[in-house]
Amino acid sequence: MKRKSNDTGRARKALHAVREFARFLASEMKPKGKIWTPFNVISGTIIVVGIALIAIRFYLGLGAVTNLSQEYPWGIWIGFDVITGVAFAGGAYVLTFVVHIMKFEKYEPIVRVTVLNGFLAYVFYAGALLLDLGRPWNVVNPIIGNAFGLSSVLFLVAWHFLLYMICEFIEFSPAVAEWLNWEKARRVVAKMTTGAVIFGITLSTLHQSGLGALFLLAPAKIHPLWYSVYIPVLFFVSSIFAGLSMVIIESTFTHKVFHDKIGKTLRANHDEILLGLAKGCIGALFAYLFLKVIELVHGGHWDLLATPMGYWYLVEIVGFVALPIFLFGTAIRKRSVRLVQFTSFFTALGVILNRLNVSVIAFKWYAPVRYYPSWIEIWVTLTVICMELWVFRWVVNRMPVFTEHPEAAKVEEEIIPVAEVVRWKYSGS
Amino acid sequence: MSVNRRDFLKLAGVTGCSLLAGAPRRSEAAMTSIEFYGMLIDTTKCIGCRSCEEACNEQNGLPKPEVSFSSESVFETKRDTSPGAFTVLNRFSNGKNPDNPVFVRRQCLHCCQPACASACLTRAMQKTVEGPVIYNKDRCMGCRYCMIACPFDIPKFEYSSPLPYIRKCIFCYDRLKAGERPACVEACPEGASIFGTRRELLEIARTRIYENPDRYVHRIYGEHEVGGTGTMYLSAVPFEELGFRNDVGTTPYPEHTTGFLYGVPLVFVLWPSILIGLSYLAENGNKERNHEEEE
Ligand code: SF4
Ligand code: SF4
Repeated sequence: MKRKSNDTGRARKALHAVREFARFLASEMKPKGKIWTPFNVISGTIIVVGIALIAIRFYLGLGAVTNLSQEYPWGIWIGFDVITGVAFAGGAYVLTFVVHIMKFEKYEPIVRVTVLNGFLAYVFYAGALLLDLGRPWNVVNPIIGNAFGLSSVLFLVAWHFLLYMICEFIEFSPAVAEWLNWEKARRVVAKMTTGAVIFGITLSTLHQSGLGALFLLAPAKIHPLWYSVYIPVLFFVSSIFAGLSMVIIESTFTHKVFHDKIGKTLRANHDEILLGLAKGCIGALFAYLFLKVIELVHGGHWDLLATPMGYWYLVEIVGFVALPIFLFGTAIRKRSVRLVQFTSFFTALGVILNRLNVSVIAFKWYAPVRYYPSWIEIWVTLTVICMELWVFRWVVNRMPVFTEHPEAAKVEEEIIPVAEVVRWKYSGS
Repeated sequence: MSVNRRDFLKLAGVTGCSLLAGAPRRSEAAMTSIEFYGMLIDTTKCIGCRSCEEACNEQNGLPKPEVSFSSESVFETKRDTSPGAFTVLNRFSNGKNPDNPVFVRRQCLHCCQPACASACLTRAMQKTVEGPVIYNKDRCMGCRYCMIACPFDIPKFEYSSPLPYIRKCIFCYDRLKAGERPACVEACPEGASIFGTRRELLEIARTRIYENPDRYVHRIYGEHEVGGTGTMYLSAVPFEELGFRNDVGTTPYPEHTTGFLYGVPLVFVLWPSILIGLSYLAENGNKERNHEEEE
């Protein structure tokens, strides 16, 4: 009799907890801050129209909304969204390496936000792949089915996307646990971080280069100045400065937009951190330039440099690899954070150029009818970007992304004042 | 040296998690093959009647074309295969003999080590032990990587359908298993396309060149291209004048990615150990530094 009432009591308690949790989630779902801001209006419009366009794409097929053809099976949904997007997400594995493996504590304050960005980039940009697949529901086939294409580079890349997303989620999950106030869970996931980091870096090395290796199968279709056996290595090395320059760009924005959320440590060290990241960029850019020169010598296509495609190639190498090296160098010498930020934009542009060159522009450079994206392809790409930004903002406004867990933070030299902690926990934007 | 490089790499591959890592494999067919069947197309014999196109259309239940198969008007432009036509005939002017244009049939070459199959992550494209490269539509996810990879741009995608498939010639695989020849070969009134094992066909082709040295260019297209193809061609004029690619090389396409795939298990073994080592060193370094600072 007694036991029964005990049971019902426990059940009632559990039910209560669940209800509380649901209420908490529901309240967190509500937008914080002003709704009718210019950003919201513009991005909201893009998203609404974009969703309609995506619906049309699934109703009528890819041909109705894209400029893809039998000649050009891959357009910007692959070349930009997936291939470039994933390169930009590289910042997460580079920073986790620097902080969790090399123990450079200086960069600790930006790890969380970078991992969050990386994770969302995979969810949205790699996720944009589903829009491009003819039969997206069959995407599970190489994961669960009896259809393992083991000799396919794409098979490898698909698996690694999935596993890496899990790693990044584990790396970020302490922030989620703190948001939910699940102290025990936080301890558990925090212990898994190092493992996730090591596995994550390994996976990143392989699929960043794997994205390049995809194109190894098209030797006769990619312009000889861009095709080389080095493509995988080049993709990997460029993902380092792609990721780092993206981290600089993001922190430039987040510093302005989420100013009140940023912890003291980060605010104090922000400039130092950016200058340090710029040094990392230079190193990777330099290695990249070196590899590019070796590749050119190795390939022996000097004569092609004096063709229109050759000039285009030089624009990419001189304008967007060599010049950023120089600019970053100047910025570091003069300790100019502004110039670092500007150069990061420039570098990122160069990465976009390179990925589009390999996947679209230098691909079938000889074709009589060239591919260029339709306005719908561009619109849908913008939609994906806007959705990512919305989710990013939602998370940043709720979870402790820019500050360490108070417990952990106490251990650091710079103790964040309690008032500050309270503020980020309970403030809206 | 008792362990050569390949064995070492294989060993490393087994140590590494081979599922995650993927493994470069020759197509199973290439290893266990009895003997691939193929087709020899002698362009000097083709009269441009388009019977092969018609037979293919019927065999595969493809939509009826706007222009009937007996019309020659289609030759005014160069056509490509499409989701609705797995084989198309094109007319080329003949430099040697202007009154006698050359007709060339374009369709899947059924490569001995096909790029499309090595690209496919769901094994929807598959090389069979009999030779044909077939397509299993239930597995395909429509990623179109096979189209990127195929050196001859053969797989075609149904862009206008919300439920699209890849379409291409499958060498009438069902007929082959029933002991019949492909429909196009059956339909050819001139014997311009003939069917047989690849070895037989190569012998026939060489004999023809040997016996008529002035009639043919001394080359069999498909003997060495991309590591050998199942469908091969003979011609009176240089192949590049007939729209054939000369830049595809003789390396089997899957080998372009084997180097990368061999590296994968190595990274899987080496990276984590290096990373753990580094992190250990860095931690100790930090500790020492802190220690010194305290003192
Ligand atoms: S020709 Fe293209 S589609 Fe046909 S087997 Fe070779 S790679 Fe595959
Ligand atoms: S489109 Fe289909 S057949 Fe082609 S590679 Fe992708 S899954 Fe394989």
